[in-house]
Amino acid sequence: MNELAGSRPIPLSRLRPWLLAVPVSLLLAYLVTFDQGAVSQMGSYLHELMHDGRHLLGVPCH
Amino acid sequence: MVRTLLVRGLLVGLAAGLLAAVFAFFVGEPQVDNAIAIEQAASQTAEAGHDDGAAPHSHAEDEAAPAHSHGEDELVSRPGQQAGLFLALALYGVSVGGIFGLAYAGLRGRVGPRSDRAFAAFLAGAAFVAAVLVPFLKYPANPPAVGDPETIGSRTTLYLVMVAIGLLSLGVAAACARQFPRYGPAAGTAGFLVPVIVAWALLPTVDEVPGGFPATLLWDFRVASLGTQLVLWTSIGVLYGLVTRRGAASAPMRDAVPS
Repeated sequence: MNELAGSRPIPLSRLRPWLLAVPVSLLLAYLVTFDQGAVSQMGSYLHELMHDGRHLLGVPCH
Repeated sequence: MVRTLLVRGLLVGLAAGLLAAVFAFFVGEPQVDNAIAIEQAASQTAEAGHDDGAAPHSHAEDEAAPAHSHGEDELVSRPGQQAGLFLALALYGVSVGGIFGLAYAGLRGRVGPRSDRAFAAFLAGAAFVAAVLVPFLKYPANPPAVGDPETIGSRTTLYLVMVAIGLLSLGVAAACARQFPRYGPAAGTAGFLVPVIVAWALLPTVDEVPGGFPATLLWDFRVASLGTQLVLWTSIGVLYGLVTRRGAASAPMRDAVPS
């Protein structure tokens, strides 16, 4: 059963339309980890709100 | 098909982020609080030294229940930042979960184990080692009060370079494993470790822990930070394998004996 489910690769042509999700995901990660108002236009509010998460994820903070 | 795998990644990432936030809240937050207390004690001593003559004790009353903030204004209170921990890790989980789902769709059947559950664990393990462990061992996580604000730009760049080298080394590993199929795992491991170790050796070291900062607190914080990422990626690997296997098994076996 296991083997049946996942042994054939998905053709790359079917993957291409979904690649836009990568920059969108990275933008989301950016807002959590690095934004200081330049992108979100919320000043440092997001930066301060995400403060503890950023430290504990291991991203340089200050 | 790709859509299903992507949506699964987003949802699994959300669940994994929340699990990691629970771990971070109980294991990591006490260290963050301790570090902030040290940071504030240091800045209050500095201020008290500045305005000699004025009563230094008044500072404590002015800053009753102070929030940890990088500037002078307190935008978010400490409880707010602790709630923000859950938001931050949930959003981060969704973000890496989405990328994980697409990587899963693109790589399944091309590299690594064939079974869904084993491949999900393999992919999550590779991502953890390349994007978390490799940068962590060179530029470990730092609590508040550690790190010079002047160098945040260069430290962030170095950290991201290390993440990129870790991820690119996965590509080198896959190419090596393909080139020498008889020694697949050994060739892959070597292909990963060589560029990573060279980068560890060549990139500049960051040494900014202030003198007198408690070593045990630094160690406990870093263990909590690595543990948070470990909970996140373990959850992604295990949960993604479980839902994918269930999804694959339920469609053709609808008429089978319910178990």
